[in-house]
Amino acid sequence: MMKERVPVGLLAVATGIIVVMLAVILGNIVLNGVGWISWEFLTSPPREGMMAGGVYPAIFGTVFLVLLMTVAAVPVGVITAIYLNEYAPPVTAAQVRSKLARARGIEWLAEFWRLVQVYVANVTRTAVTTLAGVPSIVFGLFGLGFFVQFIGAGIDRTLYGGELVFGQPAIIWAALTLALLTLPIIIVATEEALRAVPHDLRDASLALGATKWQTISRVVLPQALPGILTGTILTISRGAGEVAPILFTGAAYFLPHLPTRLNDQFMHLGYHVFILSTQSPNVEKTRPILYATVLVLLVLTFSLNLVGVMIRMRMRKRWRRGR
Amino acid sequence: MGFRQVTDRLAHGMVALVALTAIVAIVLIFVFVFREAMPILTDPGVHREVSLSRLFLPLEQASEGRPFIWQPVGAVPKYSLVPLIIGTLKTTLIAILLAAPLGIGAAVYTSEFAPAGLREWIKPVIELLAGIPSVVLGFFALIVLASWLQRAFGFTARLNATTAGVALALAVIPIIYSVSEDALTAVPQSYREASLALGASAWQTAIRIVVPAALPGVLASLVLGFGRAVGETMIVLMASGNAAITSWNFADSTRTLSATIAAELGEVIFGSPHYRVLFFIGALLFIVTFLLNALGAYIVGRVRRRLMGSE
Repeated sequence: MMKERVPVGLLAVATGIIVVMLAVILGNIVLNGVGWISWEFLTSPPREGMMAGGVYPAIFGTVFLVLLMTVAAVPVGVITAIYLNEYAPPVTAAQVRSKLARARGIEWLAEFWRLVQVYVANVTRTAVTTLAGVPSIVFGLFGLGFFVQFIGAGIDRTLYGGELVFGQPAIIWAALTLALLTLPIIIVATEEALRAVPHDLRDASLALGATKWQTISRVVLPQALPGILTGTILTISRGAGEVAPILFTGAAYFLPHLPTRLNDQFMHLGYHVFILSTQSPNVEKTRPILYATVLVLLVLTFSLNLVGVMIRMRMRKRWRRGR
Repeated sequence: MGFRQVTDRLAHGMVALVALTAIVAIVLIFVFVFREAMPILTDPGVHREVSLSRLFLPLEQASEGRPFIWQPVGAVPKYSLVPLIIGTLKTTLIAILLAAPLGIGAAVYTSEFAPAGLREWIKPVIELLAGIPSVVLGFFALIVLASWLQRAFGFTARLNATTAGVALALAVIPIIYSVSEDALTAVPQSYREASLALGASAWQTAIRIVVPAALPGVLASLVLGFGRAVGETMIVLMASGNAAITSWNFADSTRTLSATIAAELGEVIFGSPHYRVLFFIGALLFIVTFLLNALGAYIVGRVRRRLMGSE
């Protein structure tokens, strides 16, 4: 027995190392950053070439960006998941194919249509799961090539007679790039939440004469809501911290004005951290500002995470009471 | 047809339409990145500067005895991907070598040995690590970790492959941990009970029964972690030093594939050979991570089916 304490102890040590590393990182950031945080830091723009002042424009830009991203990604993601889980035929392609071989006439057409739907659903599921692992810098490439230089320049050519309006990095392109990055994650989380709703509930609703849409909107969705919300908020938090996709699609080093239009560039907390840590002319002087900026970014993403988890717990409690 | 039926049909149509939009958008990413990289294979104009052989094979006239050079800006641009591929492999290797024992060890500990109360704490804490934005990990590596490691190992280059690799491990650990932990907890309780009933100790049960049963899942966690490490950008961009040196020395400053895109796309001329090469790198990362993730997902799916007993 004694002999086995050692290897188990090693496993505990591995766990301990991870926890300690996390504590060191967070501790280092909080200790070095908290002293510089003040109302002024949160509400004023950077001054003297980033060596003084605050991060208000970066906070504003991050929040604006994340809002646009949410508006673009969440409805589409949730509805796509509803399609995949509720409307796409719950059969395999092989089953439909064997029916198709026996069917004739109008029945053959119906089965063929079902087969198309099954294939579309399968392709989407595969694409979604693999896309969730594609590096975020690839999304940045896509955003620059597609949104900025293809769509944006196209809009300029057709609507503005070649004047540079949308064919340049802008908050709308950065938000859409991030929306594409988060879309697969939202779809996966929503599908999971929908799958967790027992089938009996759907059957009961349909048996009582409700239509499919009534069943989905009044029975399935309310049940799945906490799961969907949690997944969505965790995804938003991920989007708020991503920098690679916005490097070339809209983030700016310094801007004298806050972004107000969709084709404005914007400052961003994560990008600000990147710039301050790699391109500061005076490292010692910017260090406290840098630490404070990191702390603000961490608080923003972590508090979103916390809200997500709390919503989940609340909803669960409420339901337990309701039953 | 009543009002309810009309609404029902409309809703079905709308849902299908929106889903179709999402599907088109997703397919568009695949198509577009590859379309922008294609001229490297097909366009003779691009071939004057760069072609597949120049990306991967040694230079015909090796300058100063260096057959592989990445130097995209200059009188004669040189686009050898070899230093970048080696750089990516170096940082990834360090990350996996560090993250694998820690992540898997912690997963085995949590699922097999940790008291229930402690288990409730470990999981969310490691998830917290996953929630740290990669730019923050990059910042930490650049400002703090690099100095510590330099002092400990006496690196001449403050930012190097090892520093970037260690920071990268922080991003990979949560993936390896959570996928492994899932695989381990999916092993049916009856396996453990049978083993213990036959007189095996807890350690024997864990190592000879539970871990082998979950092994494919644990391997999948490594595959997925590898995919993450290959594609991760901000951490290596900030902590690797970004010098495209062709060497296997882990103390040398290093440039990776992903960091190259991030560092150079900002200044590149739209449609130029250099632009094509960066998209080619993007397509390469896309394919590699796609294959790794597909492999990982396949293994995870098989393990789940086998342990659920339907196979």
